[in-house]
Amino acid sequence: MPRVVFTSNLQRHVSCPECEVVATTVSGALEEVFKQQKQLRGYLLDEQGELRKHVFIFVDGQRARLNNAVGEESEIYVLQALTGG
Amino acid sequence: MNLLVATRKGLFVLNQSKIEKPHFLGDPVTAVLREKDDLYAALNLGHFGVKMRRSSNGGATWEEIAVPAYPPQPKAEEKTPWKLVQVWALEADPSGTLWAGTIPGGLFRSRDRGASWTLVESLWQRPERAEWFGGGYEHPGIHSICIDARDHRRITLGISCGGAWQTRDGGETWNIASHGMYAEFMPPERRNDPNIQDPHRIVQCASRPDVFWAQHHNGVFRSTDGSKSWQEVTAVTPSKFGFAVAVHPQDADTAWFVPAVKDECRVPVDGKLVVARTRDAGKSFQALGKGLPQQHAYDLVYRHGLAVDASGKHLALGSTTGGLWISENQGDAWECISTQLPPIYCVRFAD
Repeated sequence: MPRVVFTSNLQRHVSCPECEVVATTVSGALEEVFKQQKQLRGYLLDEQGELRKHVFIFVDGQRARLNNAVGEESEIYVLQALTGG
Repeated sequence: MNLLVATRKGLFVLNQSKIEKPHFLGDPVTAVLREKDDLYAALNLGHFGVKMRRSSNGGATWEEIAVPAYPPQPKAEEKTPWKLVQVWALEADPSGTLWAGTIPGGLFRSRDRGASWTLVESLWQRPERAEWFGGGYEHPGIHSICIDARDHRRITLGISCGGAWQTRDGGETWNIASHGMYAEFMPPERRNDPNIQDPHRIVQCASRPDVFWAQHHNGVFRSTDGSKSWQEVTAVTPSKFGFAVAVHPQDADTAWFVPAVKDECRVPVDGKLVVARTRDAGKSFQALGKGLPQQHAYDLVYRHGLAVDASGKHLALGSTTGGLWISENQGDAWECISTQLPPIYCVRFAD
């Protein structure tokens, strides 16, 4: 199952431990996490459902978008972009 | 005296001239409000968006509450994204309804202490909104929400850059309310258009609600007829540019401003930080600098960086270079609390 890891900067505001989810896309993986932690959605996505400008996602070491596919063994990292500081 | 100080890196509370332990240290706090026993803070996290927090125990603990959210943006809509950028103004009316002014120009209302927010569509859907533009930020924003002390259904908004707008029926209908302001930076044919004015801040006198004061991008304006018409006040000294204004709650003729050189040089005139006070409805002004830095001062005071308390005696002044001063005599003399706070966005008395 794909594994999702969140930046520690986010843990300051909302609990989001590393987890494994059943999903085939980045977006699907995040939706699975949001089911467990409803509050997290607004931290990563804006009200139009788009990834926030200063949030980056990497899948297996490559910058990814919400609609990118993820594999069984994928590692999804959710990070803060340095531009947003 | 309790003073809330919202800064680029946290919320500070001043209690009897002492700064207490900060809240949200490191996080930008753009607006703050005390409403009865509740404290509200609007955060603008660099990466993770706007967040709202409420405390019911004087700041001992905070809980996360709902954020004003724009509805789904219709396809092929305007270029302004329907996305919350910042909460720029927070007010409460006597019925307990909360009002939030935001960038990119939406007004929101909450009737359940911030558990949910509703966009005021009657204003958002006005066709004139397409003409608004950003002032200081990429998109337009509501920074002033004046609730009439006689009748809280009468609300007047200040918008950069969208002029002043007013409702007399609690937000059902709206009228433009900035006739008389002029924008000298606009082409001549649009100079007097009330819908593109840039009032940096608008305040209303609590005891004489027909009197409003505005620090506009290119000068000081005053209205004595409930914002139907505005007249320029030219006597302000040492300059007419600035962001902040405060009006005495019991004396509509007394108001304070914090002048800066001009729009392309936003620092105090001659490096001397002063507060300009009028006591005669703008006929004359006094530049008050006792206790404020009078050499090499480059402090700018933002829209919400000047406040007066309910008595009209105490003032607070917070600058972009982290200077905080209070006055207990209407600005005659100032006491320095700090010159090392983070950049200050908003000061507000909480008594």
